[in-house]
Amino acid sequence: MLTLTPVESVALLLSLKVGVVGTLCSLPPALLVAWLLARRRFVGRQLLNGVVHLPLVLPPVVVGFVLLVLFGRRGPIGAWLYDSFGITVAFTWKGAALASAVMGFPLMARAMRLSLEAVDRRLEAAARTLGAGRARVFWTITLPLMSPGILTGAILGFARSVGEFGATITFVSNIPGETQTLPLALYAFTQEPGGDPAAFRLCVIAVIVAMAALLASELVARRLDRRIRGAP
Amino acid sequence: MIEVDIETRLGDFTLAARFTAPAAGITALFGRSGAGKTSIVNALAGLLTPSRGRVAVRGEVLFDSERRIDLPPEKRRLGYIFQEGRLFPHYSVRGNLLYGTKRFDAAAFDRVVTLLGLGKLLGRRPGDLSGGEKQRVAIGRAILAEPRLLLMDEPLAALDAARKEEILPFVAALRGVLDIPVVYVSHAMDEVIRLADTLVLVDSGRIAATGTVEALTSRIDLRPLTGRFEAGAVIRTVLRGHDKVFGLSELAFPGGRLRVPHVDLPLGTPLRLRIHARDVVLANAPPVGLSIRNAFAGRVVEISPDKGPLVDLRLDIGTPDQPVMLWARITQRALTDLGLRVGSPVHALVKTVALERPSPGGGRGLSEAHEAV
Repeated sequence: MLTLTPVESVALLLSLKVGVVGTLCSLPPALLVAWLLARRRFVGRQLLNGVVHLPLVLPPVVVGFVLLVLFGRRGPIGAWLYDSFGITVAFTWKGAALASAVMGFPLMARAMRLSLEAVDRRLEAAARTLGAGRARVFWTITLPLMSPGILTGAILGFARSVGEFGATITFVSNIPGETQTLPLALYAFTQEPGGDPAAFRLCVIAVIVAMAALLASELVARRLDRRIRGAP
Repeated sequence: MIEVDIETRLGDFTLAARFTAPAAGITALFGRSGAGKTSIVNALAGLLTPSRGRVAVRGEVLFDSERRIDLPPEKRRLGYIFQEGRLFPHYSVRGNLLYGTKRFDAAAFDRVVTLLGLGKLLGRRPGDLSGGEKQRVAIGRAILAEPRLLLMDEPLAALDAARKEEILPFVAALRGVLDIPVVYVSHAMDEVIRLADTLVLVDSGRIAATGTVEALTSRIDLRPLTGRFEAGAVIRTVLRGHDKVFGLSELAFPGGRLRVPHVDLPLGTPLRLRIHARDVVLANAPPVGLSIRNAFAGRVVEISPDKGPLVDLRLDIGTPDQPVMLWARITQRALTDLGLRVGSPVHALVKTVALERPSPGGGRGLSEAHEAV
């Protein structure tokens, strides 16, 4: 009961890998988008805001299908990736990571934007009068002060990645050992006669993973907060 | 020189400020809240871009709209001490102090830490500091960035009276020890008189007058700006003698000597005094049979055109080539009875003086009221 079956451990490890890679990949662009939306005034800002939030409101199947069209072997981006670097995304775990990165993106960008808007710009002004250029101000003042928001965004994105189903199954299908993450494995068991006990075990694993992520983020966020505020 | 000539609109407020001040000692920007003082300092620092104009410090142009020069704040090398300190909460006190240093100079660091009494605070976080401690760290942080000019925007406004007294000597020490010129924004005349050499009066986005503290505080036409009830002249004196028998000290100024209770400072110390208009009594003959010993002959230079029961008179009690201005506040009735007009000879009796601090160039500050004797 306490040991995982091979199917379970493969699905769990794959889920974690997909979640971590997906989160790390969408972190920098999410930070950039958060910065653009919070700090810049430009034509098309509302449009960008809308596009960023699309994965949150669209049926995941639509996202998966668009990814398939763009990143499939014969799709415009997929063909270029294969011809230039020999990378295949569709129907591989990389595709699963891409799908979960796209689905988690709005949550990450949103959390980061909120934390960036909460950064006291007067501190940035003070840093500049002390001789720090824009880049140094960003790395030494802005980024550390918004770090709790970055962490929250990353955890939300990771949780979303681990739970992602619709876009993944549409884009990379349900291949055990390659693209079969926890939710996909769970879905597969529910389709088999007598698969309910196995599905239930995967449910419990999913709950444990989610709870662990939340607890870890809570602990780290509290430490970061203490660092920033300086109060014990 | 500090040269400012800027114009900009901020909402429905128009700032059109033009002045020059020596880049030495402490220059105070004085005016009511909302007069535009902070905007002027922000334009100096590069945190506000005026729509038109020019800003230069010691010959270097920081902003010039015609030549399209606008140095970013980090290139201007102006230290800025904000009203709220603005310490970085995620750095320790030491980290804050070192933030603006180009390379670590242990001797300079230790000197600033000692000067500002920060030794015990170095490992702490800004969140654990009192308001006065925060401001001291902010001053140290700005100094360690080696600025060519320090901007202080009401650094004491957020502190209570006791904390102010804790910080003021440090600000005064900046002049003597570090020799960094300071632009000091304030709406408190007592701070200005205690600290400043040059006074820039700001009124509704414009510069009403620029000059020495002594000159501007003695001008009757500027009284609405310099403050009516605290009105008083500022004069420079030198500690010339101690009278051990009666426990007195003598302060010399061109045209006379003022006796005050013993001042524990070495002879030759320059001292700046403030004599409130309400503490000066006038007589049209040399006084006899009075306890007041500080009486100076002079003449009336100006009479305020006030309609109320009180008038202010400006007197010159100095020598022909070195005028010393004094104010006296008397009633209209007294003015009529004594028959005083511009040019009338008069005797001024001084009841009380406030020793503000050693004059520019001096060391530690002090402020105490003294009964004159």
